[in-house]
Amino acid sequence: MTRAKALLRDYPIIPLLILLALLVGTLEIMRPGIVGERWIANTVKFAIPLAMLAACQTLTMLTGGIDLSAAIVATISSFVMATLVPFYGATGAILLSLLPAVAIGLLNGIGVGLFRVHPLIITLGTGLIGTGCLQVYQSTVIATGSEVPEALAWLGTGRTWGFPNALVLFVPFAALILYAQRRTGFGRLLFAMGDNEGAARLAGVRGWQVHLALYALSGLIAGIAGLLYVGLIKAPSLSLAVPLMLPSVAAAVIGGTSIFGGRGGYAGTIVGALILTVLGTMLTLLQMPEGVRRILFGGIILGVAAIHLRLTDTR
Amino acid sequence: MKALRKHAWITGLAVILALLFVATKLIQPSFGASGIESLARAALPFAFATVAQAVVVIAGGIDLSIASIMAVCSVTAAVLMEGASGPAALGVVFLVLAMGGAMGALNGFLITITRVPDIVVTLAMLFVYEGVALLILNAPGGRAADWLRGLIIGGLPIPGLTGIPRALIFLLILVALVWLPIRRSRTGLSLYAVGSDALAAFRSGVNVGSTRIVAYGIAGLFAAMGGLTLTLSTGIGEPIPGPYLLASVAAVVLGGVVLGGGKGGLLGPLIAVFILRLVRMDLTLLSVDPNVSAIIEGTIMVVVVMIGGLLAAKGKL
Repeated sequence: MTRAKALLRDYPIIPLLILLALLVGTLEIMRPGIVGERWIANTVKFAIPLAMLAACQTLTMLTGGIDLSAAIVATISSFVMATLVPFYGATGAILLSLLPAVAIGLLNGIGVGLFRVHPLIITLGTGLIGTGCLQVYQSTVIATGSEVPEALAWLGTGRTWGFPNALVLFVPFAALILYAQRRTGFGRLLFAMGDNEGAARLAGVRGWQVHLALYALSGLIAGIAGLLYVGLIKAPSLSLAVPLMLPSVAAAVIGGTSIFGGRGGYAGTIVGALILTVLGTMLTLLQMPEGVRRILFGGIILGVAAIHLRLTDTR
Repeated sequence: MKALRKHAWITGLAVILALLFVATKLIQPSFGASGIESLARAALPFAFATVAQAVVVIAGGIDLSIASIMAVCSVTAAVLMEGASGPAALGVVFLVLAMGGAMGALNGFLITITRVPDIVVTLAMLFVYEGVALLILNAPGGRAADWLRGLIIGGLPIPGLTGIPRALIFLLILVALVWLPIRRSRTGLSLYAVGSDALAAFRSGVNVGSTRIVAYGIAGLFAAMGGLTLTLSTGIGEPIPGPYLLASVAAVVLGGVVLGGGKGGLLGPLIAVFILRLVRMDLTLLSVDPNVSAIIEGTIMVVVVMIGGLLAAKGKL
């Protein structure tokens, strides 16, 4: 028993993979034949934008923070991009649309790093400002129309040899994050700051620089996730990615990243995003009233978080 | 020194509020009793949400499910009052208050037994309560008892004091009724103790778990009041939670309650609610685009918390 527990503690991703397999198995029993190549591709397709937004949460949560502006940033960059395409072409629009994303991220970083504001508060605030700006922006561009570039639609919805094209973007992205979090100085700084910020500071870490870089990076990732998501949904709107906000936090939490910082990682988050996506399909298939679905969704998030904590807790 | 700073913050807030009233009067010279009345009535659900959030934050937690609890209470009241609009409505009120308290206490209970962080538990419960509200009523509907609505609409029925809105008195009495006895008691002390250092509180013999449950229970009770006033002021129940979560956190921080717990009171957040509402009203009076006013509100919030952060950092050094 203790050996099994030690194994689970060292590889917290194992119970998550088991849970994912169980969920997929249940789904197959509920609706035999549903689990096929097409279904898997679809699930992965919808899980990827969620997993990217959850990367923002994972990275910030490693330092004990959170980025509640991520979903709004994603929405802003997707909307700005779609409305700029008629003027600047696809490439120009994509590059320009990432500017507000990084700007909001920098603002978060300045608030957290230099002014020592609680990340929850500052990212809520910048999210509010962003929402307002987006609505004002919309009223100025209402006549120009919008369009989603071919390339993004290909990336978002297309499949090649059965694999969703979004993997072209996501696999290098995930590899980079996984590599960065453990093998680079920046990644280790995140863990160090989350574990004990005071000790990190005394060891010579300039916390504000890390925060600034971290939140700017989080903004950039959110922006890219938004571009990918609009390629998938193909209908830019003012609330495009907003429904992904709380699930993105949930994916990171289910994946075993501690909201107090210093523990966790992106691998668990990816599985967490897959679990949430499969769960969403399952609840839709059950054809229950919307209310019951939300109750189950909340209950399962809490249940998984509690069990995961029990299994991996070192105390 | 610490007490001085706390009072300085509240005094500062009161001065800002007074200046805003003067500004409002300058913007619209006809601003008077009816303006204050509608301000107080619009602020009522926000005020209760903020007070609820403040209690939890003082005890070192945060409750993301406040707006959803309010929605559940609002629709329950509206559905039940549709059948019982007479004196029986009073029973409905007590039932809803008990429900709110129970939902809040459930949050605290789950946090205590699962040891999952507050923010995650209340995030999960946000979905659960949202679902419950949708099951009770899946579209806005129901009604509110007219005699209860009279409690919060209009001025005081006392000659000479008709300029004072009933909603404001209603708010102050209810908050004082719940909070003052608790604040003065052992429980109140435990709330602050757990908020400032849970481990130290535990070692001094405070039952941390039950204190947390009490804190969330009180928050649920206040959220139920918020939900009730929502139904009373609109006359119907609304199953989709309003923007009360964000607004409550903003007002709590602006009101001088430190996130992380242990510091602050309920007066600051209450003044902060009226400041935020009055800013919104002024912007509307100035016929500013509502979207631009959202930007301005967000900017005010960010700037205020940045200044607060700087002050806190200075205090620490």
